[in-house]
Amino acid sequence: MPGLATQVERYSVVIAIGGVPVRVNTTDADFLEMLQNRYAGFVNAEGHAEFDFDVDLAATSLPDPDAEVSVTHGSGRWFMRRGDFHAEWEPATGTGRIRQSANPYSIDAVLRIVHTLVLAKQGGFLLHSASAIRNGRAFLFAGVSGAGKTTIARLAPADATLLTDEISYVRKLDVSTKQDSSTKKDSYVAFGTPFTGELAKLGENTSAPVAALYLLAQGPGNRIDPVAAADAGRELLANMLFFAEDQEMVHWAFQAACDFVHRVPVYRLTFVPDARVWEMIG
Amino acid sequence: MNKKLYVARSPRIAARMLGEEMLVMSGQGSTLFTLNPTATILWQAADGATPLDEIVERRICSEFEVKPEEALRDAEALAEDLAKHGILLISDQPISERPIASPDVPAQEQPREQRR
Repeated sequence: MPGLATQVERYSVVIAIGGVPVRVNTTDADFLEMLQNRYAGFVNAEGHAEFDFDVDLAATSLPDPDAEVSVTHGSGRWFMRRGDFHAEWEPATGTGRIRQSANPYSIDAVLRIVHTLVLAKQGGFLLHSASAIRNGRAFLFAGVSGAGKTTIARLAPADATLLTDEISYVRKLDVSTKQDSSTKKDSYVAFGTPFTGELAKLGENTSAPVAALYLLAQGPGNRIDPVAAADAGRELLANMLFFAEDQEMVHWAFQAACDFVHRVPVYRLTFVPDARVWEMIG
Repeated sequence: MNKKLYVARSPRIAARMLGEEMLVMSGQGSTLFTLNPTATILWQAADGATPLDEIVERRICSEFEVKPEEALRDAEALAEDLAKHGILLISDQPISERPIASPDVPAQEQPREQRR
């Protein structure tokens, strides 16, 4: 019957972070434009996506955006809640739904959570760290707020490619070459992210094998000290982004941290905030 | 005569030796523990089938200079403490629940606990 149905325009954008493409669907053209701007360098208008999220925009902001995030699992779905959004995601079908107001922060939080869930199963993780590529190798600089992530990112020389000043994206990938494809060779690879800190500058959408993890400390001089494996594991775990209070996820995160410190050198980097610190890196 | 006690590694935790330390993470509350050498030996031997007094005699008394009765008392207290944190299961009968695999390298440092 004509006249009873109204066609609603549907807009989509694919946001590919860490090589994992996520399609976001919305009926709001302004929201789409905001996403395209927010994730510039990480978006495609079309193309393959591993996951699809429909965004329902609430007319007004949901209450209490500072509330604690909750990530739970049940009936094959992940449920993500914070004061400013409700979201659910079904990994088996690759589909999900987000209810939020038209702001960039809520969907950014949902994307971070979804990526931590995806990465955990694969032995990867998101890490509170700055990261950069130099001479074809990636270096991670981890620490809590105030440890110097933004400072080290700001001091990076021109020949360094900044991946992020806040949240590093680390995947465990098989990097065996075609010439030697018979042997699986796992390596940790760091990817650029649009998850920004104080520098408010998006990382480059590129990647490189991780050469080292530096645990940041500010001190009277520049020095690099080795870190015992157990201390490295503890500090890595303390800096990993982790949302789900789920036993299986906790085990995966733990094993990922242990594997990482077995394979990647971890150092304590004590530094004074000037560019000379980069003379010791790369 | 005292009842035999049996201990088993909880299948609900994850554990790894890193360097010379045994790290144990509980899925409940994401709590990370570092076991001291005695706790590590107890943890590694906790197969659910060997009585605690045998573990103490074979594994702890042979490693440390300590009287068996004293070692057993300490081991019982330690086992109860680890059980409170969900790291070990304790029973007066053999425990059939399959424990997680045990990393087999001994640890050397004092116990620490941190909450993520």
